[in-house]
Amino acid sequence: MTNLTDLTLADARDGLQRRAFSAVELTQAHLDAMAAARGLNAFLVETPERALAMARASDARIASGDGRPLEGLPLGIKDLFCTEGVITTAGSNILKGFEPAYESAVSGNLWRDGAVMLGKLNLDEFAMGSSNETSAFGPVVSPWRRPGSDAPLVPGGSSGGSAAAVAARLCLAATATDTGGSIRQPAAFTGTVGIKPTYGRCSRWGTVAFASSLDQAGPIARTVRDAAIMLRSMAGPDARDTTCADLPVPDYEAAIGRGVRGLKIGIPKEYRVAGMPDEIERLWQQGAAWLKAAGAEIVEISLPHTKYALPAYYIVAPAEASSNLARYDGVRYGLRVEGRDIVDMYERSRAAGFGREVKRRIMIGTYVLSAGYYDAYYLRAQKIRTLIKRDFETVYADGIDAVLTPATPSSAFGIGEKGSGDPVEMYLNDIFTVTVNMAGLPGIAVPGGLDAGGLPLGLQLIGRPFDEETLFAASQVIEDAAGRIALPEAWWGR
Amino acid sequence: MSVDQTTVRRIARLARIAVTDEDVPHLQGELNAILAFVEQLGEVDVEGVEPMTSVTPMAMKKRQDGVTDGGYPDKIVRNAPATEDDFFLVPKVVE
Repeated sequence: MTNLTDLTLADARDGLQRRAFSAVELTQAHLDAMAAARGLNAFLVETPERALAMARASDARIASGDGRPLEGLPLGIKDLFCTEGVITTAGSNILKGFEPAYESAVSGNLWRDGAVMLGKLNLDEFAMGSSNETSAFGPVVSPWRRPGSDAPLVPGGSSGGSAAAVAARLCLAATATDTGGSIRQPAAFTGTVGIKPTYGRCSRWGTVAFASSLDQAGPIARTVRDAAIMLRSMAGPDARDTTCADLPVPDYEAAIGRGVRGLKIGIPKEYRVAGMPDEIERLWQQGAAWLKAAGAEIVEISLPHTKYALPAYYIVAPAEASSNLARYDGVRYGLRVEGRDIVDMYERSRAAGFGREVKRRIMIGTYVLSAGYYDAYYLRAQKIRTLIKRDFETVYADGIDAVLTPATPSSAFGIGEKGSGDPVEMYLNDIFTVTVNMAGLPGIAVPGGLDAGGLPLGLQLIGRPFDEETLFAASQVIEDAAGRIALPEAWWGR
Repeated sequence: MSVDQTTVRRIARLARIAVTDEDVPHLQGELNAILAFVEQLGEVDVEGVEPMTSVTPMAMKKRQDGVTDGGYPDKIVRNAPATEDDFFLVPKVVE
């Protein structure tokens, strides 16, 4: 029998239904893999007792023919989702030891559908980062290495723990969140599939807030089918989040076999950026060729405001973050450092609790919202956001069904390699993904192949609002054509 | 636009983050790098463009104005660093 941790989520589901193995066996195999992989630092908290209790309950359900959609499937949860009675830190010292008294809507939906929680996954602090190096609990090491090298690489971020754990087969799939690319960039860096659904598809209730008009939850998984199964359970209406859409969730798994015949796929010329490696350009053309061979029509399109998305994001996201993170004041929860008076206590607590990147973003956000600068920065950025969204609305009105782009401007880089001097160097990682958040659209990253250095590269498909089904159908075509990437053999923990 | 060290201290004060003398030059450089990067937004013609206020077109959900939750103060204060009788404790604010 193959190793249980090498199964896809779909195969594990089918195996449980056939009683080829039990949920307890499947869960124990993952707990063992996690224990052997602690060197990757992907999990911040392991919850083995809870996992085994959930698995035993799932086995009882399966035995009585009462199985739910994710019955007995072990998952990892990004530590941005509040989990009742289980430490939730958002990767920050300011929330060290925080034990929520409630369950996030998204994780609650997974438990409702029978999934098993293995633990909480590492991330950039408050999801602010593109390499998982800003976590207060240390960076995540990617399971990928360049051939012949043992130099540690980043798994991408901010959902670095999620991507690394899925690629290293420590969990069948994981939850993640994406504010500017935090699902799609780490998925691209680790040869996994990650989808950021349309803004409003998943409830944000109980997810630690970064930038509320941009944040969306989504899954990272090893196949397009697995991502489709995950999203169906994660998504859905929720009265507790006023921006969560009151729309029924389609059966995404049923959409993956639809193909792309007759679809119009747009290739935006503005994504051909200066200094982009030839291999990325080649992969992009290859992706278009695969879709064309499957019957899609490839159309050159223009999204003229693309280049302004990233700078506008670095006004909007920090502005919202400065407001959202005002709640960490050392009074109601989290770290407190005593001071001379209450303001001194706030200032010391926040200085001690937040890391450098978070402080930087709070300060930029505070500045662009401050008197005299609001119109020049924040209001202008929100107007540019309207223009970015309008670019997409125009091409969709012209009949484009989805847009194909590279997922990232490069493959994974080394830990410590980027952004130490100039924060903007790190921000450029999200150049292809951030437009999607600014426009509230769905976007998926799917592996396209390996670069000359043996590291995975991803393609991104951007869809119409609430049309994740077309993205699953088109990315299944790419997955079939590219062939599933062979994930790295376990060198960790040996 | 760029910020000087006095402005960095003023922003830190507004953001309620204590900064040391050593932090200020670093922060000034980093903030100015970000501000230089966003400068290009000035070249976009935004005349007559409405700022985005809703990501996807949707009506704000409404409900009856009534109490739908509560009654568990112990849970509310459970994670607080300092409490007494289900109250949050802070340093003296009013003399």
